[in-house]
Amino acid sequence: MTSELVTVTIDGAPVRVPKGTTIIEAAKQVGVLIPHYCYHPSLPSPAVCRMCLVEVEKAPKLAPACVTTVAEGQVVHVNSAAAKKAREGVLELLLINHPLDCPICDQAGECELQNYVFQEGRAGTRYSEYAKRYNPVEDFGPDVLYVPNRCILCTRCVRFMDDVAGAPVLNVSERGDRAYIGIAQEQKLDHPWSGNVVDLCPVGSLLSKDFLHKARAWDLDKAASVCSGCTQGCNVTIDTRDDVVVRIRPRPNLEVNRHFICDHGRLSYRWMNRGDRVEAPLVRDGARHLASDWDSARARAEQVLRGASGRAVVLASGRASTESLGLVRQMVARFEVTAAVQVPLGDEAPLPGVPDLALRRERAPNLVGAELLGYTRAWDAAVRQAASAAVVVLLDPDLGPAEEAVLSGARGVLLVLATVATGSWPTAEVILPVTSVAEETGTYVNRDRRVQLFHQAKAQPGMARPAWWVAAGLLAGEAGRAPATASEAFRRLSDWWPVFGGMTHADLGYSGRVLGAEAPAEVAG
Amino acid sequence: MGFPHPSHPKETVVLSQYFGDAEARGFDGWVARGGYEGLRKALSLTPEAIIDEVKASGLRGRGGAGFPTGLKWSFMPKGDGKPHYLVCNADESEPGTFKDREIMRWTPHALLEGCAIAAYAIGAERCYIYIRGEFTEPLKIMAGAVEEANAKGALGGNAFGSGKRIEMLIHRGAGAYICGEETAMMNSIEGKRGNPRIKPPFPAVAGLFGMPTTINNVETLAAVPHILVRGADWYKGLCRGNPKSTGTKLISICGHVQRPGNYEVTMGTPLKEILYDMAGGPPAGREFKAVIPGGSSVPIMTIAEAEDALFDYEGIVAKGSMLGSAGMIVMDDSTDMVYQIWRLAKFYAHESCAQCTQCREGTAWTTKILERILSGKGRQEDFELLLDLSENMTGKTICVLSDSCAAPVVSGIQKFRDEFEAYIQGSRQPALAAG
Repeated sequence: MTSELVTVTIDGAPVRVPKGTTIIEAAKQVGVLIPHYCYHPSLPSPAVCRMCLVEVEKAPKLAPACVTTVAEGQVVHVNSAAAKKAREGVLELLLINHPLDCPICDQAGECELQNYVFQEGRAGTRYSEYAKRYNPVEDFGPDVLYVPNRCILCTRCVRFMDDVAGAPVLNVSERGDRAYIGIAQEQKLDHPWSGNVVDLCPVGSLLSKDFLHKARAWDLDKAASVCSGCTQGCNVTIDTRDDVVVRIRPRPNLEVNRHFICDHGRLSYRWMNRGDRVEAPLVRDGARHLASDWDSARARAEQVLRGASGRAVVLASGRASTESLGLVRQMVARFEVTAAVQVPLGDEAPLPGVPDLALRRERAPNLVGAELLGYTRAWDAAVRQAASAAVVVLLDPDLGPAEEAVLSGARGVLLVLATVATGSWPTAEVILPVTSVAEETGTYVNRDRRVQLFHQAKAQPGMARPAWWVAAGLLAGEAGRAPATASEAFRRLSDWWPVFGGMTHADLGYSGRVLGAEAPAEVAG
Repeated sequence: MGFPHPSHPKETVVLSQYFGDAEARGFDGWVARGGYEGLRKALSLTPEAIIDEVKASGLRGRGGAGFPTGLKWSFMPKGDGKPHYLVCNADESEPGTFKDREIMRWTPHALLEGCAIAAYAIGAERCYIYIRGEFTEPLKIMAGAVEEANAKGALGGNAFGSGKRIEMLIHRGAGAYICGEETAMMNSIEGKRGNPRIKPPFPAVAGLFGMPTTINNVETLAAVPHILVRGADWYKGLCRGNPKSTGTKLISICGHVQRPGNYEVTMGTPLKEILYDMAGGPPAGREFKAVIPGGSSVPIMTIAEAEDALFDYEGIVAKGSMLGSAGMIVMDDSTDMVYQIWRLAKFYAHESCAQCTQCREGTAWTTKILERILSGKGRQEDFELLLDLSENMTGKTICVLSDSCAAPVVSGIQKFRDEFEAYIQGSRQPALAAG
């Protein structure tokens, strides 16, 4: 870094930041969050809400911290009497036309208006005898409702559509206190990334129809995860209520998805809540399968694998974790292995305002991880090979009738690791219940070879276990060294695939690490 | 001249000399009256020499802020290789102001000449003249004048054979007061919503279409040819008060005076002369009560303050208000000050662009409180509320529309508190039906 640093003092704390940094960002460095509405680090700043006004010594007026850049020796007071009075004034004005319908508002509990008013607003209003502004709810698009009465006109949504999505369908209509967010005539908010306006809205004005009245914010449990929608690997938070996934939202990662996710990723979570799960290990008994325990099931699998030789074919889901893909591959390492990963394809949908961010054609989050581990994309060829292979392992693929027909005639040993009980596998020696990405901790490797950690968001159903755990118990001759946690499983990958270079889960943090890249200085130091 | 009245002997007639003279509107008529001499002279000078001359004249912006014009021009970068723009602010929308309208109606070529000189001085080949949408007649006249000046070779690709390109483009406003604010005007010309921009960057760095831009008021630009022809010293000599305020100023007087109209005075003329001698004093049997000296956005003066003031930038500030656009609204003793302040607030609430919270919500709330007082439902606490609200609306927003709404409220309460009290205590009949 060669950029010039300047020293400023914010609420008594000195901080050195690069020249050109805004006061609002510099304040974050010393742990001061300056209240704000219109400012967002991934959008241009219009400085319109006037909430982030701070006192800068020697300046004639309060300065908007979102657009005022630091200067050497600057002394900033975020919590001076003048700054607090200005913010209190803004909050009072924002509330005079606000319906205060928090009890029925989806945003309650994660509302920036609620939070700041509780933090530093007036106890009561002085705007008592007038009717509040009223405008009816508008249907903006496939997943977005606009509740104008709650709107504080911060314009984040307008700027997102204008400057990031490149689809300028939203606007500020009318003037003065009659203003509201308008949508261009005959237009819908149906851009593939438009759902982000719901997250960007600091109040409950833009709502997701999918999440409408589903849960109160304070009842949600949150887990840091990675989107399983495509190879981009956007960072997400999975919100669950009582072990049911109810919402997926973007989690900031400036290197991957900034603050955004596409609607495909946002809305593709219902499969995580499927009820038709395999919940116990099933072991073949003649023409039928009987529910069993893990010891018996693993013993059967070990026995049939020991008796087989020749080619083993692994057919894996593109959503399988790196740990699972690696250990399942290693489980059959003594065979001639054909391993393939399933890659559903779709249309590419870029977000123009962010470089290198798109919903990718390849809808397999761990395609690159699978390829690093020796899996091929030549799916149909692998399925054909499976018909005559000695061992076939299914790692939760999503198979169509044609593929099922080929595999039901297969001659070799069939081991099935499955999340859901689709298909029927009369010839499978074992059908083993495995967890989904929402139910386990693991890693994906995205298209830029960034290894990213996802955390368990909900409980595993029944006796289901991560596929890597199942495979670990079957690693020939390694029972004593079998990994017991996802971290251990990941650590072991380097033993077999040097590309992982000794990387550990602890190295990944919340933003992941690119394979082969130097460790960030602050971690290494 | 005190158009539409004959010139008053105490006026100094420069810009308004040909108001009412239809022949001065045409190119030939204008040239016959000495027109375009300033531009011809300017084209023989270097841009630096023109800027120095304007600086030396002491000319300051006539739109309201009073910023030194030559200094403003000197902020334009030199040799940066970018296109520069001049914008002429002809969006005269300030309530009480109608001087630019008369310049455009009667002496369109004076404005074009000033624009052309300024464009040359700042290195611009294009000047946008942003004319208020409601000004249908001035718009037509200006459009005709541009066409004629192009046809005569005064403007266009080769202005007066100088090899300089000076293009005039007329942009018609669409009825928003806020588009008279210079950065909102640039957005409007660009085809965007007319919202004021944050400064910095200042227009001279990144203005219209992101390029270095200077915005000047009609009256400012119209004064420039006179400065070039008659010299900075002559202009500087037009001063009866503070030496920082030079030249002449057009004043639009409206309200309770005998002769409302446009008057041109030397800077520093006692305001008393303007009110009583030129405008003829109050209507028979009445007395003056208050004066808003600079368009509706400035603090109200009592008549005592006004009678004591010298009419220049410093003189009005010394008496607690601002020169502004010199659109003077005069009120006699029959005026209901609370009602007038409410009417002004209502204007600002209607015209707020809605960007900044304090302005969007504050102007509307202020209006409602005043409405309540006028309908006989005021309370003692309303004084504190109005003043506190006004404080929240002052100095906290991107532009000064919010401040402009607060100024008459604060000065009104300070100076005419008894009229508010009369409504609140019920000694004055409600002026509005209870809402």
